[in-house]
Amino acid sequence: MHLHNPKRDVEIPGPVRVKDLVKRLGLNRESVLVIRGDSLVTGDATLDDGDDIEIRPVISGG
Amino acid sequence: MNKCKRCGEPPVIDVPRHRAAFCSDCFQHHCREQVRRTIESHRMIAPGERPLVAISGGKDSLAIWDILLDLGYDADGVYLGLGIGDYSETSRGFAERYAEQRGVTLRVLDIPTEHGFGIPGAAQATKRVPCSACGLSKRHLLNQAALDGGYDVLVTGHNLDDEAAVLFGNVLQWHTDYLARQRPVLPATDGFARRVKPLIRISERETAAYCVLKRIDYIVEECPMAAGNRHLRYKETLNELEERTPGAKAVFYLQFLDKMLPLLDGVAEEERQLVGTCSRCGAPSTADVCAFCKLVERAAPESV
Repeated sequence: MHLHNPKRDVEIPGPVRVKDLVKRLGLNRESVLVIRGDSLVTGDATLDDGDDIEIRPVISGG
Repeated sequence: MNKCKRCGEPPVIDVPRHRAAFCSDCFQHHCREQVRRTIESHRMIAPGERPLVAISGGKDSLAIWDILLDLGYDADGVYLGLGIGDYSETSRGFAERYAEQRGVTLRVLDIPTEHGFGIPGAAQATKRVPCSACGLSKRHLLNQAALDGGYDVLVTGHNLDDEAAVLFGNVLQWHTDYLARQRPVLPATDGFARRVKPLIRISERETAAYCVLKRIDYIVEECPMAAGNRHLRYKETLNELEERTPGAKAVFYLQFLDKMLPLLDGVAEEERQLVGTCSRCGAPSTADVCAFCKLVERAAPESV
């Protein structure tokens, strides 16, 4: 699975639910958006091996 | 939550604290309604008033500007350059591109050009964290921009997470004076424009989602000066709680507004009685010289 922001490749076999991916990456679901291609996806959506995924952080410190 | 709560179509965003998911159109409608109700219930902006929106180039300020325009407000934006190298240049670009695409007015101010210092230099000169000089400069200069431009109200993009984190910090140290001032509307007084925060019912995950869905480009990178600051730690702590107890942040903050703030009215009034005028710039101040003039004196002594 290709992840952006920061850009990296991770070995997580699909299919995997978005909320499970976020958990396996050690992230809090309140602190990120998950974007497949250019579309937002919900926690219950299923991601496949070839998907291009952006895990976008949303927490700002100002 | 495999259907949009409003229309039943496939959803694109879930909002656990509302136990709901929304499709793109209904989520945008939800955000606009949250803002419209907040403005009405707190009497933030009256019909016909001209708001000035503080724009950073980030998701929150661009989202609230977009929502206000969609709700029919004649809102201009103001961008304040902070002198944080490439980060400031990049964020200004996002603000300017949004204004151009939407055909609206963005006023641009620049601290290094107009006052002779940038935030990193101010932090060094004062030996305090950069966010301290940054917040102080924004409060002073954006207020001045609203007054100078003849606007009725200054709008900021503070969201639910921002307010809950500030509240958490103020409660940890029982800063009763800060708590008394933490209001969604600060009324206009001598030298102060009215300041309002219409995003207090929307989390920052939702403002980011709003921008993604409306194809609003914003600066995703965090300010390099903010890395590791206390505010971020409080947000992380609250998000750990929120993940286990959806709605905890909203209950914490919104119940503070309902139940605690009225008890602090006396503290706020005492504070107002102490405010005089800065002998140098004429801005409201509790001291002879206001905090911003003191900052300029230390960060750019040659300009005083």
